[in-house]
Amino acid sequence: MSDVQDYNSSLSDAAQSRKYETFSYLPPLSKESTRAQIQFIVDKGWNPGIEHTEPENAISNYWYMWKLPMFGETDVDAILAEIENCHKAHPKNHVRLLGFDNFAQSAGAAMVIYRGVSV
Amino acid sequence: MAKTYSAGVKEYRETYWMPEYTPKETDILACFKITPQEGVPREEVAAAVAAESSTGTWTTVWTDLLTDLDYYKGRAYAIEDVPGDDTCYYAFVAYPIDLFEEGSVVNILTSLVGNVFGFKALRALRLEDIRFPVAYVMTCNGPPQGIQVERDLLNKYGRPMLGCTIKPKLGLSAKNYGRACYEGLRGGLDFTKDDENVNSQPFMRWRHRFDFVMEAIHKAEAETGERKGHYLNVTAPTSDEMMKRAEYAKEIGAPIIMHDYLTGGLSANTQLAQWCQDNGMLLHIHRAMHAVLDRNPHHGIHFRVLTKVLRLSGGDHLHSGTVVGKLEGDRDATLGWIDIMRDSYIKEDRSRGIFFDQDWGSMPGVIPVASGGIHVWHMPALVSIFGDDSVLQFGGGTLGHPWGNAAGAAANRVAVEACVEARNSGVELEKEGKDILTNAAKHSPELKIAMETWKEIKFEFDTVDKIDVAHK
Repeated sequence: MSDVQDYNSSLSDAAQSRKYETFSYLPPLSKESTRAQIQFIVDKGWNPGIEHTEPENAISNYWYMWKLPMFGETDVDAILAEIENCHKAHPKNHVRLLGFDNFAQSAGAAMVIYRGVSV
Repeated sequence: MAKTYSAGVKEYRETYWMPEYTPKETDILACFKITPQEGVPREEVAAAVAAESSTGTWTTVWTDLLTDLDYYKGRAYAIEDVPGDDTCYYAFVAYPIDLFEEGSVVNILTSLVGNVFGFKALRALRLEDIRFPVAYVMTCNGPPQGIQVERDLLNKYGRPMLGCTIKPKLGLSAKNYGRACYEGLRGGLDFTKDDENVNSQPFMRWRHRFDFVMEAIHKAEAETGERKGHYLNVTAPTSDEMMKRAEYAKEIGAPIIMHDYLTGGLSANTQLAQWCQDNGMLLHIHRAMHAVLDRNPHHGIHFRVLTKVLRLSGGDHLHSGTVVGKLEGDRDATLGWIDIMRDSYIKEDRSRGIFFDQDWGSMPGVIPVASGGIHVWHMPALVSIFGDDSVLQFGGGTLGHPWGNAAGAAANRVAVEACVEARNSGVELEKEGKDILTNAAKHSPELKIAMETWKEIKFEFDTVDKIDVAHK
């Protein structure tokens, strides 16, 4: 059994165990990958949106909207800048980027770009 | 002038072969592959199929003259060669919409695959495709929730969902079974699944299973902060019993239940799907018995028809085959019926075996479930083939991990997220699959050991990806 590794996850260790959906099992996205994900949302014709929450309230459907979804915004730098603004204003919170697909009436993409520390 | 009655046997083609007929928008159209007895003319056999699946019987009867048979009859309107197979041919039949009860796939199948399949003039008969006119589609209830609603209910966006069928399929106690579910869910799966033959056996009655599994879901949700589900199989000996189990699943807060639509029956399935819609429950559909119906290329019902039937009867998930697992070679046909599950309008495409345009109107889509014989090395191909609106289900590929289910689940979750990240960044998954997984494994010991445990598969889809003529 010595070569069997324990799966380290528990109710009491939130920072280690709490996840927040797509890409939360990967290391934080690199700057380059973040740009690529934004470009993907833009190329799909989806509307970028930014939301944030205290990590302990992440299970809620309704995170706080950062301003309004950026309808029609296709400039990757402009979208990145808003993500930065949201993070600066709420440095302890999860900050997630969504791509709203208005034809499917659903988010086509959703990913946490800045990770708060779960407690 | 009114017709006169003349008793006796007429050739079918005098009445039912109408090559000049232009199908109406509201007609139900069917494509049959006919393997005739020797010496019977094609038109006569095609007409016989049209007759026997609609108004006709073997002899003229006086009561034919009390109705407008020329309106109600099925019409064989075209015959085509089957590419690459001289033993059979396609016959196309149009049926007026009033031949069928609204909202009843049961009624349609009873006609189209009823007596006609035992007809002596045929050596074999296969129903290849049905075009359901949108006017008929809109009389059916369809999937209880649909793809977008499922995503919203479970908070899963921008990636395929992950599942795992609990094994061994039979013999675990309810408490041990719940343990296996919990381990998979805490490791990062979205769903675990009852095996189809888990109903309510002496070793594990349904009610205990439901209770222990719900505890597993609740704890995994609290631990990971993500929403989880388990397909509680409510397939039962009677539809009353099925409904009892469904009601209990709802009472304890289960988000999704499961039914076997062919062995359980289409009446029961339609009833359950409507109940699910009324009660906000998701419905996972298994397809035991489908291979009995769809595997023989000359006889039976093609799976694309069974797919359409399920979408009309109702279900949010349907098993579709994996392409890369045990069903390699069926890629084009599988892509065809995946579109039939998910899209709102599918164009005729013979290269994928789709014989008719199909308009689903406003009916929601069904999520295809790829399950059976797949593991982490298949992930790049699966994400590429199935896209985000799918459930990728690893049974042995989760439970067989050397460190257990939680690690197996985490390995699959890391792999699927790495593939989605790469795909979104413009990387070709099936070419770069090995690099994607190898890089991801640097941060995930669970994935690394999974990749060592299961043999690397080669990403050589070019050889498989050749377009077949409609059927071999």
